[in-house]
Amino acid sequence: MSAFWNIWVWSITLVVILGCTWLLLATRKGESHKEATEETLGHTFDGIEEYDNPLPGWWFQMFIATIIFGIAYLGLYGLANVKGFYGWSSAGQYEEEMAHAEEVYKPVFAKYAAMSVEDLQAQPDGLKIGQRMFANNCSLCHGATGAGAHGFPNLTDGDWLYGGAPATIKQTITNGRQGAMPAWGPVLGEEGVRDVTSYVLSLSGAEHDAEMAARGQQQFQALCTACHGADGKGLQALGAPNLTDNVWLYGSSFEQISHTIRTGRNGVMPAHKDLLSDDKITLITAYVYSLSNK
Amino acid sequence: MIKHETIEKNIGLMILLIILVISGGGLAEIVPLFFTEATTKPIQGLRTYTPLELEGRDIFIREGCNVCHSQQIRPFRAETERYGHYSTSDEGVWEHPFLWGSKRTGPDLARVGGRYSNDWHRAHLYNPRDVVPESKMPAYPWLFENKLSGEDTAAKMRVLAKLGVPYTEEDASKAREQVEGKTEIDAVISYLQALGKLHSQYTNKR
Repeated sequence: MSAFWNIWVWSITLVVILGCTWLLLATRKGESHKEATEETLGHTFDGIEEYDNPLPGWWFQMFIATIIFGIAYLGLYGLANVKGFYGWSSAGQYEEEMAHAEEVYKPVFAKYAAMSVEDLQAQPDGLKIGQRMFANNCSLCHGATGAGAHGFPNLTDGDWLYGGAPATIKQTITNGRQGAMPAWGPVLGEEGVRDVTSYVLSLSGAEHDAEMAARGQQQFQALCTACHGADGKGLQALGAPNLTDNVWLYGSSFEQISHTIRTGRNGVMPAHKDLLSDDKITLITAYVYSLSNK
Repeated sequence: MIKHETIEKNIGLMILLIILVISGGGLAEIVPLFFTEATTKPIQGLRTYTPLELEGRDIFIREGCNVCHSQQIRPFRAETERYGHYSTSDEGVWEHPFLWGSKRTGPDLARVGGRYSNDWHRAHLYNPRDVVPESKMPAYPWLFENKLSGEDTAAKMRVLAKLGVPYTEEDASKAREQVEGKTEIDAVISYLQALGKLHSQYTNKR
């Protein structure tokens, strides 16, 4: 803030404080009685009169106390560019709070960061910290218990799109994932979509039309095996799901599966490398790992 | 000496003195903010909202999202651990009107951009309980049906330009084609994904 505005702020503040003091003392002096009195001010409204009493002493003293408080506050906490006795600023207070937290929590995180995710499974307190951070950062999509929702993977069932090894889970959290199932509607046509849907249903032993599935199998072999494999068991390197295990991210009905094939799916797991430190991601990884490795 | 009676019995004088006393706070606390760099100079690298984001922001206001969601992270560890770097005034120089807020029913959204996928926002705005069973946020299914005409977008940008937002006439003239035919949900999500992403001066890592 420029010198002008500093002077501006200080002047107004002092004028207001001194002005209030003057007003208080001047009206005190102008009172016609120094003690409680039976005399009235002389006016009457609907028979109600007003005593000409002075301001009660405790009231006057409270005014004085607020003025003293105001001046003391300026001295201790400062105003505009002038630092007070305490040297306080909101940013400074924040820095102090963060430095204190760093001192207290850094050793805690450092202790767990030195361990492997497998070893962390035997650290109930570490997993508890991971669980709290999961609740804060992950539960909106994956649910408070990690059981997921339609379109957001269940983390408790041992079925993994990209793999469930500790390093893979950590990689997923750190850098995120981008699903890339193309829309096959334009290529297959509506009949083709329905045929492939039937074949996909057959892979997990669901009820299906055998004739349609037989036609769909040929299309599947031509278009889908690059990602989902010739046996439909998927490919974790690409995040292509296993179609034979009856675990469905986007629903298992004929309509839901054909919708997936027709319009594609592009689920996104956001990257957390710019949001969470590596230590914290390790603890969340350990917690996520614990959900399916009890 | 001045008598209390003098003020009490002259309503004009009393009004004048009351105005004088209560304007003291505003003159000292608010007026300097219109003239100091910290509140008038945008943070380095700040970009403006795209036309679609701008329309999303207006829908955000229309639906009253700002009534429950603040966009102001306070400088306390409890807040920055959850939401990222605390908000500063130079981030909001081009916000008209600002949506900082002083009350939260839902979480703060100042840096929600990039934290959740577009799919999540779609599912969540269609029916919040589909993804967060304990949520009490209302559902906004009509956003998926309403389409934007884009006929007012350019005018909005010209008004914002008058208020100091650096939109050019060229930006305004191209606005409609970027907005027309998009659904309201597309606009709202693009706005949400831009929150906290309009500059990259702060690290939100914690």
